[in-house]
Amino acid sequence: MIQAENLHKRFGALDVLTGATLEVRDGETLAIIGRSGSGKSVLLKHLVGLLTPDEGRVLVDGTDINAISYEHLRTLRHQFGVLFQGGALFDSMTALGNVAFPLRTFTDEPEEEVRRRAEEALARVRLQGTAPKKPAALSGGQRKRVALARAITLEPRYLLYDEPTCGLDPQTSNTINDLINDLADDLNITSIVITHDMHSVLAIADRAALIHDGVIHWSGPTGAFAESDDEVLLDFVRANEYQIGVPSPTSKNGARERNGEKQLAGGVPVS
Amino acid sequence: MAALTRRLLRPVHTLGKFVMLMAQAVSSIGEVSMYRKNLISQMTKIGIESLPIVSLAAFFSGAVMTVQTAYQMTGPFVPKSVIGSIVAPTMILELGVVGMAFVLAGRVGARIAAELGTMRVSDQIDALEVMGLNSVAYLILPRVLAGVIMFPVLYVAACTIGVGGGIVAADVGGYLSAEAFVQGAQMYFNPFDPFFGLIKAFVFGFLITSISCYKGYYTSGGAEGVGDATTEAAVASCVFMLFADLLLAAAFL
Repeated sequence: MIQAENLHKRFGALDVLTGATLEVRDGETLAIIGRSGSGKSVLLKHLVGLLTPDEGRVLVDGTDINAISYEHLRTLRHQFGVLFQGGALFDSMTALGNVAFPLRTFTDEPEEEVRRRAEEALARVRLQGTAPKKPAALSGGQRKRVALARAITLEPRYLLYDEPTCGLDPQTSNTINDLINDLADDLNITSIVITHDMHSVLAIADRAALIHDGVIHWSGPTGAFAESDDEVLLDFVRANEYQIGVPSPTSKNGARERNGEKQLAGGVPVS
Repeated sequence: MAALTRRLLRPVHTLGKFVMLMAQAVSSIGEVSMYRKNLISQMTKIGIESLPIVSLAAFFSGAVMTVQTAYQMTGPFVPKSVIGSIVAPTMILELGVVGMAFVLAGRVGARIAAELGTMRVSDQIDALEVMGLNSVAYLILPRVLAGVIMFPVLYVAACTIGVGGGIVAADVGGYLSAEAFVQGAQMYFNPFDPFFGLIKAFVFGFLITSISCYKGYYTSGGAEGVGDATTEAAVASCVFMLFADLLLAAAFL
């Protein structure tokens, strides 16, 4: 379980987090939603210790990650996989080299086994043919899938996704969403997904947490959007829907119409 | 007032951050398996691949200095062999190492800053950290170690080729024979000079690679930030190198 307690973070004169508190339960997929610049990625970086809070703490299975040594933190990070927004693939390596990198670095497995496992990870994200290609020769969606394959090679307990569908076309976005669901189900991974794409939220998440003004303003099951009367949440959901302008794809939690009433993502009625 | 104080304290903050980064790098020196492969690769890039441009710069420095010294030695009472006495120690004490370091500040320093800066702005450094890798041991330590190992090697090559350039220019230009040049070079040769040059090469190797690593590692602001970091790395390396040159001369000579 991951817990963030009362996180505060300031960059210069800008207060990004002003008391964010969050709990991620084992086995669930939590979507952290919010407007651009609301601090979603900053919060994500705190969860893996890439940023240190000015105040507050992050607990991973009860361990305060900011109170332990750097060596201990590095060991603890083996439980995490992170999919960065642009993929963060190493330019000098092929797709296979990228996926094999954690195995070559952290395991003593023979090269044949490393290659087999890397190819298996690429197959899992449906990218068998891209093994010899360099990142520059891959599309945006392929780069993210290679990065996802790299993130799962060491079989992490937690997978963190930073805007996994950002900048992708709807079909590729759906492919990524399917992969997130498959990995969560097949590998029993706890997933935290940063996004402002409500279609993705409904397709993959069990719960959502809305970050607003530096705090977790609302959190709950994605199926509870419709029952909520929180104006900030409803504004976010409606703005997202209008921006997209098309009905959501088949979702994990939301129907498109209920009792003949036209509804937005998550069953939120049109205002 | 607070803004002014912040601005005044910025150099202290930068120095502290630099010292902390280098301390982290040095404390990771035991993690050999983390940087061994990268160290060899960086020694090749910094040392072997820089050899052609360093050789070219050294050869022409030695040759031009010989021609210019000969041009100034017009008096009938000064033996021509003095040209060797001037060119060789100058190459060994100053031009061989400083000239080489200027070339390498551009070639090596800018490349390191651009490479690490790009890795930073594209989240590759964060990706390494999240995997549980010590990014300082993996990226910075091998580059700084390669610098302090290979700069003295390049210095020896630069001095040899620079003096050789002087001999060729003297001989081909008809100013004095190769034997006379060597005789002049030996006349005032001080065994401490090449040792001092090696010390300078070691220090310059550390300054150029560490400053460039620092600039690249803490890059922010996308492509523009990478450009700024690259320029700042080359400029700061040259400035600190000149200060170090003066301090070392005052301390050892």
